[in-house]
Amino acid sequence: MATLLLTGVMFWIWRGTLKSAYRAERLSKAGKHINTFAEDLKELLDSNLYRLLMTPSMFFITALTILPLIFMICMAFTNYSKIGNHLVLFDWVGLENFRTLFDSNSVLGSTFWRVLGWTLVWAFFATFTNYFAGMILAVVINRKQTKWKGFWRFCFVLPCAVPMFVSLLIMRTMLQPEGAVNVLLRQLGLIADGTSLPFFTDPTWARVTVILINIWVGVPYTLLQLTGVLQNIPTDLYEAATVDGANSVQTFFKITLPYMFYVTTPYLIATFTGNVNNFNVIYLLSGGDPVTDLASTAGSTDLLVTWLYKLTIDKQYYNVGAVVGILTFIILAVGSLLTYRRSKSYREEGGF
Amino acid sequence: MSSEKKTSAKRIQTRTNILVHLILAILAVIWLFPVVWVVLTSFRAEKGSYVSSFLTKSFTLDNYIKLFTDTSILNFPQMFLNTLFIAICSCVLSAFFLLSASYCLSRLRFKLRKPYMNMAMILGLFPGFMSMVAVYFILKAVGLTEGNNVRFALILCYSGGAALGFQITKGFFDTIPMALDEAALLDGCTRWQIFTKITLPLSKPIVIYTILTSFIGPWVDFIFAKVICRANSDQYTVAIGLWRMLEKEYIDNWYTSFAAGAVLISIPIAILFLKLQKYYVNGMAGAVKG
Repeated sequence: MATLLLTGVMFWIWRGTLKSAYRAERLSKAGKHINTFAEDLKELLDSNLYRLLMTPSMFFITALTILPLIFMICMAFTNYSKIGNHLVLFDWVGLENFRTLFDSNSVLGSTFWRVLGWTLVWAFFATFTNYFAGMILAVVINRKQTKWKGFWRFCFVLPCAVPMFVSLLIMRTMLQPEGAVNVLLRQLGLIADGTSLPFFTDPTWARVTVILINIWVGVPYTLLQLTGVLQNIPTDLYEAATVDGANSVQTFFKITLPYMFYVTTPYLIATFTGNVNNFNVIYLLSGGDPVTDLASTAGSTDLLVTWLYKLTIDKQYYNVGAVVGILTFIILAVGSLLTYRRSKSYREEGGF
Repeated sequence: MSSEKKTSAKRIQTRTNILVHLILAILAVIWLFPVVWVVLTSFRAEKGSYVSSFLTKSFTLDNYIKLFTDTSILNFPQMFLNTLFIAICSCVLSAFFLLSASYCLSRLRFKLRKPYMNMAMILGLFPGFMSMVAVYFILKAVGLTEGNNVRFALILCYSGGAALGFQITKGFFDTIPMALDEAALLDGCTRWQIFTKITLPLSKPIVIYTILTSFIGPWVDFIFAKVICRANSDQYTVAIGLWRMLEKEYIDNWYTSFAAGAVLISIPIAILFLKLQKYYVNGMAGAVKG
């Protein structure tokens, strides 16, 4: 692999020198001025500035993003894995890995479909609960009659000033069987002494809990982002609606919502993809637990990405992990392309 | 008659107003509750993560002192310095990468421009963790995963891909009138001079935004640091350190210190963030309208 790459780079340099020599020859034949080395350097700051500025970042992107990606994609077609001890010597196996993963009779296959289902459910709920909660909150704070707007905004923005992993870890410890929330509920007499609510120990509870906590984590960000968009809605729309006698609920559904959908479709798609790939929330909160089926490698709140992490880092099933990654990519790419093309903001560009 | 109607309408309005404020207050309490709780915990005298009473009984500063003096197991000052170093370096590097890439994409026309933008979009759809292991192997092959080199490996990780997140910055640069550039070109400016003397000074908000976000990155990232540091405990960043404090063997002794550490790194980030809010909202509003 590395040799192939090096050969490629050498070839590219060779081609470059040949090309520049050819150009110089042509220029001299035409009796024109040939650039000296110093002039070439000067060009780098002017008409060739893009070469100077893009080269270092391109180099790092290639080395640290593209190369590893190619590496992992190749891995999906090998048996490089701890299964059968293929960590030192491995071979191409073609589409074998994809077949195991799609086959719902094998352990890995059934886990895959389950995790995929939960990932989609999670991404859907996480995106839309946040979107609507954030929007309603932003609308309420933006209302003309609401007082102390700055203060409310400050209150809701403060939690997202705390680093996300800190607040997630805090939430996790608070929701443990002996954590602060259960202690508080016991002291208030809402649940009996010695019992605790199974926030992360019961599969259904755990799923609802992560979605709810995601609302807590995400709403401040949504609030921040949507406030700007909301303030851009032309006020004459609202004035016209008020003159026509519409109440605030009607204006919300007839003006605010359509406008927001129209403007923020790309944002929604980005959030959805972000949620499918939302590693932090799940990994730091529940760690994918509870594990209901001991034979499988994923717990009931595991997303595709956290499962991928477990498969590659903990289990060293590199090939299966790579396949999961590729499938995630395909799902995301197809999904976002489809929704983007069907969305209004793509079909009728400009003009609301 | 009409005045009566008016007063009743007014009464309904005041009632909804009170209701709205009440709901906002309740929500604000829910949102602030964990934050307040951490601050309280960081001053708590009793050790351990599980307490029998909800409110703190006695207050102390010991947790903060322990964090900075007890360096035998988890060396917090060392982690703090590590993270600071990484943050400063990667902030400089990624600001350079990001700003220059955005400038090129916004103002200069070259053959690879469109392919580059498409590539960035496609790369953004891959889960970042997928290639993490491969990144680790590559860095290991170059010899960046031993000893002090881990720092440079982390810096490269944080700043290497910066140029892929050009969307917001490019959007901002696009709003600067082209006429300014043309005038400068006529006056004999080189493109480099235009970039440093016109574009950058005009886009101060987005430059500040870029610098601050890339500075905050290393403080809050957890996964990359964990995969790359592995067992090199003297190279840990603050995030891993705090995470380790909650592991089973440490949690009883370190829980309150964890809260103290969390408060300590949250304060500067919170200040930066609140300052940043304005730019964040503006940048986002611009980018979303895109």
